[in-house]
Parts: sequence; structure tokens; C-alpha cells
Amino acid sequence: MSAGASTTERQQFTGSMRFLHWLMAAMVLAMLGIGITMVASLGDYHRMVSIHRPLGIAILIAVVIRFVNRQFSTLPPFPAGMTSQERVVAHASEVLLYTLLFVLPLIGWGMLSAARYPIVLFGSLHLFPILPHSVMLYAALRKMHTFLAYLLFLVFVAHFGAILFHTLIVRDGMFSRMAPWRARAR
Amino acid sequence: MAPLGANQEAKTTNGSGESLSETAPMEKHSAPLSAGNMFARLAAIGVLLLVVVGAFLYLGGWFSPQKLTPARFADEFERVNGIHSGFRRNHAKGVCVRGFFDSNEQGARLSKAVVFHTGRVPVIGRFSLGGGDPHATDDPSTVRGLGLQFSLPDGEQWRTAMINLPVFPFKDPQAFYDNLVASQPDPNTHQPDPAKGAAFLASHPETARALAIIKSHAPSSGFDNTAYYGLNAFRFVNADGASTYVRWTLAPMQPYEAGTGASQGKELLFDGLIASIQRQPLQWHLVMTVAQAGDPTDNATVQWPEGREQVDVGTLTLDSVESEETSPARDINFDPLVLPAGMAPSNDPLLSARSAIYSQSFTRRAGETKEPSEITSSEVRR
Repeated sequence: MSAGASTTERQQFTGSMRFLHWLMAAMVLAMLGIGITMVASLGDYHRMVSIHRPLGIAILIAVVIRFVNRQFSTLPPFPAGMTSQERVVAHASEVLLYTLLFVLPLIGWGMLSAARYPIVLFGSLHLFPILPHSVMLYAALRKMHTFLAYLLFLVFVAHFGAILFHTLIVRDGMFSRMAPWRARAR
Repeated sequence: MAPLGANQEAKTTNGSGESLSETAPMEKHSAPLSAGNMFARLAAIGVLLLVVVGAFLYLGGWFSPQKLTPARFADEFERVNGIHSGFRRNHAKGVCVRGFFDSNEQGARLSKAVVFHTGRVPVIGRFSLGGGDPHATDDPSTVRGLGLQFSLPDGEQWRTAMINLPVFPFKDPQAFYDNLVASQPDPNTHQPDPAKGAAFLASHPETARALAIIKSHAPSSGFDNTAYYGLNAFRFVNADGASTYVRWTLAPMQPYEAGTGASQGKELLFDGLIASIQRQPLQWHLVMTVAQAGDPTDNATVQWPEGREQVDVGTLTLDSVESEETSPARDINFDPLVLPAGMAPSNDPLLSARSAIYSQSFTRRAGETKEPSEITSSEVRR
């Protein structure tokens, strides 16, 4: 039994890593939906923006915690059947996801700073500006925010497609590494 | 023994595919899928991905080309007025001002917003002429606007964009948009088609009623001696957590003088404002009209009944004027939903739409080359 449990630990991400993964999955999916809805909406715009800003900051905080937590955790190995090329792609996609989840909220904060919008989170709680006042800078960052958000969506689709492929076609146990439940040790 | 062993083997292989055990890495070679099974699984993956992408694009309005979006609204402004690089898509012609607001603390019982505590907060603002042409000729009958930003001591802001009409002619963004489309110049005559305007009025009786109210308020002669109306209702929350719906008005201390019909020069209104503010600081009372139960908070085309409580919450003083070329107010988006704690939007559909469209206009002009303003720095100094 004890041997089985320790094997499971090696095969799965730690509980805190899996918790942060699924928490952020929910936040980021909500964020992508809110973001694309809000830019195309008149009536719901204000409600959506009011969620978008604090949720973005929450994602920024979560991704920093997650990154630090990852540095102190033992990662499970990739499924044995993956080629070295597949491992490089998988690793690169992880780096890209972490980078986007960190950079997107930061650009959002930065662009509102450059436009000197008050960055209201809740009630009178607001963030300080992190960039100098420049509307040209705002315009450039605003475009970048949109571009990277679409890129994040595409990377998410690729991530979702890859895990479906591994689970339904390759059947190599990829999903159980990050499953929200504890994988059964037999 | 042999059949049993084979059975177990098959079960393990199967199990590793679904629920994945520690044996998974060794089970790289799961039982091969039949061609049909493989096809079904690939198809399922394809369908799932298409659903995700489709849902995303659906939320973004890609499948509803008729839906009014901030971008389509701004596009229509550009169709009607042309694109004037670096200028607002509406209220394009303007000049910037500075001053301060002195609160008399009367507003504190309505809203806990810091701006209503005793004291003075700096204000920066912009007077403007309605319409998308930054070089339009002044005319007292054209809508006049005043955008203000109150900078509260702790970094909070209150922004408001007001006009000199006592009611707004359009009850929702769709009506505003439809009127914009109806006023689009005919490609042959370069004039709006009067028949389209008449058809719009016939289908929007609330606009006809609002225009009658507007007509009964003859426009004043200048920017300095007119009232400015916030139009939309807002929900104020005081320190006890009690909500009140209000509309605000700036009532001028400068005496009213009727505007003359005929235009007396391209910069009649702006030159008048510059001369007036350089003679003496201009002042307005900020007056909150308090709604009673049942007063409409979602319709800016109607006034609230006579006799509603009016609370004078303080005095706005504007004492200096500056060209857009040098003033930071050029780059302020006077978004009516930049509100401090203690002020919140009502259910008026115009508010969120204004916020969205102002933001779209701001984003577009922010990235454009800034063409010289009609009211130049030398004009202001003269």
C-alpha cells in the first residue's frame, strides 16, 4: 500500500499544484469569456469590466503563487511513451502559458496606468499606476492586450486538444497527472 | 489459468487508458483502436474543440453582425463625420479648463463619496461642441458639452460628461444609433435625407417628446451662462448604506443671456468662453435632484416631476483655460462610469453603453497622430 501511494505521488502533480491548476483554469476560462463578451457589448460592458479588472489581478497573484509553488515541488515525469520532441513541445507550451498568464494582467494594469484611468478593484480600493502617462503607450499596450488574449485562447485550445488526444487516442495516462482527484494506486 | 491471465491482462490495459494507474508509463502500447473507433474519437475531439472555439466567437459577436457593439458604433460615427486623426469621435471640437470644486457637505447625506466631504478638490475639464467635426463653426443651437474630472485626495476619481440639454433625445443606444444612421449624409446631396429623419421621429415618440422639452429651453449665448445636465440617473450610497437615486445639474452663476440665431463667427462660443474666463472665474452650483419612489431611473428622455428635492452640494469654479494642444484633458476619457465609492450607475441602459463607446473612441484616437486643435494655444492667450 505504502509503495503504491508513493508511486502515485511521483506520477501526479502535488495536491497544491493540481488545486492551483484547476482554480486558475476556472479563472482564466471565465476571464476569456468575460473579455471577449465585454469588447462586443454595450449593455453588459460595465458589469463585465468591473469583474475583468479584479479577476485579472487575482490571476496575476495566482500565477505568481503557482510559479513559486512549482519551484518547491517535485514534478511527475512525462508519460514514458512521449518522444523527446513531444516533451520539448509540451514544455514550451507550459512556458508560454505561464508567460501569458503573467504578462496579460500586467499589460492590462500597465495600459490603464498609461491612460491614467483609475484602476478600481472594489469600492474605493484602487491600484497605483505602474507606467508613465502616455496615450500612445496606452494604444500600443491595448492592441498587445487583445493580441495576447487571442493567443492565450489559441494556446488554451491547443492545450485542451492535446490532453484530449493523449486521453482518447494515445491513452498514456497524461490526464491523471493533473486530475483534480487523487489517481488510484493499484 | 491461461484464459484468466489473458483476461486480467486485457483489463489492466483497458484500465490504464481511462483511469490511469502507476502502470501507465509502461502501458504506452494500449490495445490498438479499430479504425472506426479511432475515427469516432478523433471526431469527438474535433467537435469538442469546435464547440469551444464557436462559443468564444459567439460571445465576441462574430455570428451576429447586426448586434450593436462599441466598434460598430464608432464606425458609424466615422461614416457620418469622417475620421479626424487624434480627435474624439463625438464632441470633437473643444477647449480645456481647470479649477476646483468646493463641497458644502450637503451631499454627504446622499453619498459617502469623499468629494462631498468638506473641502476643495481640483477639477480639470473640457468644454466641447457636439458633433464629430473638430473644426465645426460654432452655433448656439449646437449641443454644448462639459466633461469634468474631480481628483479626490486618495487617488479616487469622479468623471462626468454633461450637456446643455435638459433631457437626452434617445432612450437607449439603439435609438441613438438609428438616429445616427438616419442623419448620415446622402452621397449625392451631401445632406441628411429629411425623410429618414422624419421616419425616425415617427417611430420614436419619446424622442419627439424630448425634443419638445429641449425646444422650451432656449439656448444661452455662451458656454459660461448655460446649465449643464448629467441626464442619466445615478445611485448614491451614503455612509449608512442607504441608496438614493439622483440626477445632477450644474446651474450657472453667470446670468443667462439668450443666444442669437445667426452665427457671428466660427469661434463665437469658444472665443466668448476664453474672454469670459479670463475676465473672472466662472462658477456653477452643483445641484442634486433626488428621485422619489417610482421616478424613472432608466430613461433619460423624461424629466422627473416638478417639486423634487434639490440639494445644492457645492460650487464648481473654473478659472483657467488652455488649448487641447497643451492640456492633459485632451487625453482624458470623460467616461461617466468612472465613479468614486458612494456613487454607482442606475439601470439606465445609456450608461454602460456610453462607457463602452467612449472607451472605444478613446482607444482609437489614443493611437492616432494628434492633428492641431481648432482652438490653438495662441487663440487662448490672445
